[in-house]
Amino acid sequence: MPNEVTISSIIINDYERVLTEWLKVQSAEGVKRTDLVSGKESEQQSRDLLSAMAKAMPKEATDDNLDLAEPGWEPVRDALETIAENRTQRGVSTTEMGWFIGALKQPLFKILQGEIGEKPRILMREIWNVTRLIDQISLHAIETLVSKREAIIERQRAEMTEVAAPVVKIWDSIVTVPLIGTLDSFRAQTVMENLLDAIVQWEAEVAIIDITGVSTVDTMVAQHLLKTAAAVRLMGAECVICGISPKIAQTVVNLGVELPNIVTRVDLESGLAYAFERVGVIAGRG
Amino acid sequence: MLESANPVPMMTINGCVIVAIRDDLDDQEIVSLQDQLVEEVAKRAAHGVVIDISALEIVDTFAGRMLAAMAQMARVMNARTIIVGMRPAVAMTLVELGMTLDGVETALNADRAVNAIVSGRSNTP
Repeated sequence: MPNEVTISSIIINDYERVLTEWLKVQSAEGVKRTDLVSGKESEQQSRDLLSAMAKAMPKEATDDNLDLAEPGWEPVRDALETIAENRTQRGVSTTEMGWFIGALKQPLFKILQGEIGEKPRILMREIWNVTRLIDQISLHAIETLVSKREAIIERQRAEMTEVAAPVVKIWDSIVTVPLIGTLDSFRAQTVMENLLDAIVQWEAEVAIIDITGVSTVDTMVAQHLLKTAAAVRLMGAECVICGISPKIAQTVVNLGVELPNIVTRVDLESGLAYAFERVGVIAGRG
Repeated sequence: MLESANPVPMMTINGCVIVAIRDDLDDQEIVSLQDQLVEEVAKRAAHGVVIDISALEIVDTFAGRMLAAMAQMARVMNARTIIVGMRPAVAMTLVELGMTLDGVETALNADRAVNAIVSGRSNTP
């Protein structure tokens, strides 16, 4: 059939019309988010995506070549990548991202209906093609958005761990590490590494672990503390755990956790006093 | 007694046997080190042993057990043994392996260990 109207011919030939309609629907659906993305940017992004689609669109749509994973669709995937990157930074939600692409359906359906409305069979086929394509693009967009966010979370986690275990030398031969928040296996490992390195670096005799800021102490955390204390001892230093609040003391005993051969103190002050005694520093008031 | 091709240098100062392990040891060498050490302790009637393992990058369960055994042997010969200079990575590995070497005294370096032995002060409680 010559000059048959298909989704391909619409996107390639009626490019401007589709774009105008799409932008209209975007503002009607309220997915434009002018507070986050300016109208101009939105238009530019829509234009980029649509032109990438026109470029990648096969002349004749079959079941196979409307697959977004095909190499021919790379420009569309790249365009989505750029848009998702930009929108993640602005804090656009996944729903809004999905709707942004989904809004493209309406203008396409409208044009299809106007052109081939009287041929239901062909119309159905084309509607199916549009739905398939747009849904794929929409899902890909959401997936890209989510993976971008995950990358951000991963980066922040890495930054967190970097600052999570600061070991400080508070006196000659005394190092301390104040712990804040939750102590998972990963962090416990970092704490241990940093602490042992600090012991070597500053030739410490006493290592104070301050757990005042640790929210919960369960068997896992106790296990980590025990391991750290054992490693510190192997290095030839002594480990003092302080910040054992009444609440922590109760939980620890109720859980049946034992801390054998480890010096524990109520707060950093008494921990430090013990450390001074160990290294032979005499401290007093005035 | 087993003769090692490359015996670990050992010296006794002021009744204190000082052993500086300079290279990663294989199982055979550790066994011969043990023989060498108890001989030295007996010959010099030493009252202290300091084993410097700061050059060791790998301490496996066998080496860990042998170190603990050496400390115990020296103790029954009335010599207090202190292991010094364990690397952080080694300490972490041993702890992960569940070898906390509970009966063995440790110190950060040979200087502190010798001081502790000479002064009779306890280094680890």
